[in-house]
Amino acid sequence: MMPPEDPPQDHWTDDPAAQPPAPDRWLDEHEHHPMVRPYVMTSGRVEPTRGKFDLITLVVAVGPEPEGTIGLGPEHLAILRLCQTVLSVAEITGHLDLPVATVRVMLGDLLDKGFVSMQEPEPEADMHDIRLYKAVIDGLRAL
Amino acid sequence: MASVLSRRDVRARRLPTAVKIVIAGGFGVGKTTMVGTVSETRPLRTEELLTDESVGVDDISGVERKQTTTVAMDFGRITMRDEYVLYLFGTPGQERFWFMWDEVAIGALGAVVLADTRRLSDCFPSVDYFERRNTPFIVAVNCFEGSRQYDLDEIQLALNLGPKVPVMLCDARSMDSCKQVLIDLVLHAMKARGVE
Repeated sequence: MMPPEDPPQDHWTDDPAAQPPAPDRWLDEHEHHPMVRPYVMTSGRVEPTRGKFDLITLVVAVGPEPEGTIGLGPEHLAILRLCQTVLSVAEITGHLDLPVATVRVMLGDLLDKGFVSMQEPEPEADMHDIRLYKAVIDGLRAL
Repeated sequence: MASVLSRRDVRARRLPTAVKIVIAGGFGVGKTTMVGTVSETRPLRTEELLTDESVGVDDISGVERKQTTTVAMDFGRITMRDEYVLYLFGTPGQERFWFMWDEVAIGALGAVVLADTRRLSDCFPSVDYFERRNTPFIVAVNCFEGSRQYDLDEIQLALNLGPKVPVMLCDARSMDSCKQVLIDLVLHAMKARGVE
């Protein structure tokens, strides 16, 4: 007997806001990888200047629309467009098809310039709040 | 369908907090299926380049054709009213990518170790990992509904699990079954952390 491996029923509604199209990018014709290597987008930086940006840190765009694009690349702007709704770092990397480390650096830039606000997750040591557990159980029951 | 929070909604108050649950287990045991079954959005994939550490110092001339090694994790999302968002992460299939496991396991509410009784040993590394990390976890045996009932005590013994680690049957394709697994995990995590 095979364990159930069938793809689940397609039950997701394609909300265009939640499923933004990937930005047009030059793709390597052999491997379909971006021709611009990720570290080029971050000017060689591997660590964000500010913030830790856990995979589940939530990010939302705040403040005025950036005027001009001084200091911001197309990926920075793509992140800002995505973050009109609250998204996790993992979701941003998934939508933009960029490595996590690259997105972290760019989020650090945006945080630095005041274009995004973020909420870090609770540290493991603080997971003793019964309200958290109750909210998750209620949320699961409501599925 | 859960609501999507926009920047207007959050301007006046604080952002929700995200929590995560890890779905682990051997290759092909149904991790991605389980993530997809309960996720409110089409599951996404996040990738980490294995060459990250060397980014910026490597001379890449001449290796443009080199296949970049990436570790991928599928994940889904469940929005819980306004205060919390739950993310489910399926671990990378290959256990050698431990650094990615750490990335998802640190700060996790708990973990579900999916098991297949025909290849029970495939879930040993996951069980070891969460035991070592002290992450609350439960074992869910993925099987078809109505198939032969496995003796859960035997599985508990075979996995050398403490009596406090719950073992249950599940069907990763079934929303009700996955819901129950996740609820049992959260209840177990409360107990394990002494939250009353």
